[in-house]
Amino acid sequence: MAERSLDELRELMIASAGVDEDQLKLDGDILDTPFADLELDSLAVLEIASRVERDWGVPVSDTVANGLKTPRMVLDFVNDRTAVR
Amino acid sequence: MTAVITGIGVLAPTGIGLEEHWSATLRGKSAIGPLQRFDASSYPVSLGGEVPDFVTKERVPGRLIPQTDHWTHLALAATDLALTDAGITPAELPEYEMAVVTASSSGGVEFGQQEIQRLWANGPRHVSAYQSIAWFYAATTGQISIRHGMRGPCGVVVAEQAGGLEALAQARRVLADGARIVVSGGTDAPFSPYGLICQLSNGLLSRATDPDQAYRPFDRAAAGYVPGEGGAIVIVEDAESAARRNRQPYGEIAGYAASFDPPPWSDRQPALGSAITGALRDAGIQPSDVDAVFADAAGDPYLDAVEAVAISEVFGDYAVPVTAPKTMTGRLYAGGAPLDLVDALMAIRDGVLPPTVGVRALSADCQLDLVRDRPRKLRVRTALVVARGYGGFNAALVVREHNERRV
Repeated sequence: MAERSLDELRELMIASAGVDEDQLKLDGDILDTPFADLELDSLAVLEIASRVERDWGVPVSDTVANGLKTPRMVLDFVNDRTAVR
Repeated sequence: MTAVITGIGVLAPTGIGLEEHWSATLRGKSAIGPLQRFDASSYPVSLGGEVPDFVTKERVPGRLIPQTDHWTHLALAATDLALTDAGITPAELPEYEMAVVTASSSGGVEFGQQEIQRLWANGPRHVSAYQSIAWFYAATTGQISIRHGMRGPCGVVVAEQAGGLEALAQARRVLADGARIVVSGGTDAPFSPYGLICQLSNGLLSRATDPDQAYRPFDRAAAGYVPGEGGAIVIVEDAESAARRNRQPYGEIAGYAASFDPPPWSDRQPALGSAITGALRDAGIQPSDVDAVFADAAGDPYLDAVEAVAISEVFGDYAVPVTAPKTMTGRLYAGGAPLDLVDALMAIRDGVLPPTVGVRALSADCQLDLVRDRPRKLRVRTALVVARGYGGFNAALVVREHNERRV
């Protein structure tokens, strides 16, 4: 299975958390930007985890979700799991 | 301490913004019509008052749209209008001196229905994480608090239509305890299939299909009320603080009282009258000082008679002008009394009472001087707002023009 990209995650983040049209923080290189700095709180991260599971088919437990602090951590988790299959 | 109103934000079926609402109200233009938010044509109740032309993404930050219910969207938009009207930039004030106290009657029922449908159709992982915060009564207060960094005393009052006055009374207490400004008032959004079904159970909704005849409080033909969405958010502030900012208040909250009805099996009388007399006592005024009453106007023959008798017992038959502009919007639940308060403040400002529309022949039980069909010119210094909530809540609030010498 192809690796998930930052652009795909960006789309999922926008669908999860909503975003202002003039809100540009999700543009550019945000791979290592903490979710908190993107104004995504712990609930938003839980919602992202839910969508990863239902849209991408990769189960994310709440414990794992709590440990996901940056977009890179989400992509690494998803792509590692997909590679194992 | 004197609690004054320095900012008003209206999101009502009669219009978005204070002036749009007030001019439609004075024109006697009813906003009641067939529900558009969902197809209610097969439901026993199919009329309502909906906020027209509300485009959520133009008035609510994108991030908050998927996180909150329509009822919160309306309140966030109304809060923006109220803060602007009051000339307040929250970032410039101490965060612990700004408080938020709103009323809510049913919480985020539309959001809740949507997520429960996802649960049953697709499973738990399809339920939005925001369900945990979007549906419950305190969501609106919480989101306003977070958005504007208002970390003073925050709360929500749940008492159906009476809650709108209870919230304002709580705002006054919070000011007395040292807060500088309070965002108060309330909104509601009762139009989802689940929300409407929940309301049907009280047996008080109008089943009429003709908007002109659907909601006629105090009329011989009264047969229920029409529900509506929206309400008003106001900025409540200590008069000294307003004076320091050189803001002329719309008026002051002068008195308030609440009472609770005895249970249906009791032979004791309804307690609305004691809420009214209590509010007058709290304001330190006599019945003859009241220039107008903004009625609860339940639209049910029994409840109308109870209110009319309570008003007559305090003021005398036909002794004070009574009006119910909510005949143009429907009953807005938690948003209803705050909108009545706004209309009372506008009556004080403009010297005119808004009309009650749709009433053709007063019930013999209602010996009221009802302002019907057309506005009535009248110098209004003091007005009484009455609100009742399903289940026995009664509240009354006295609002009067603000005279700086009284500060």
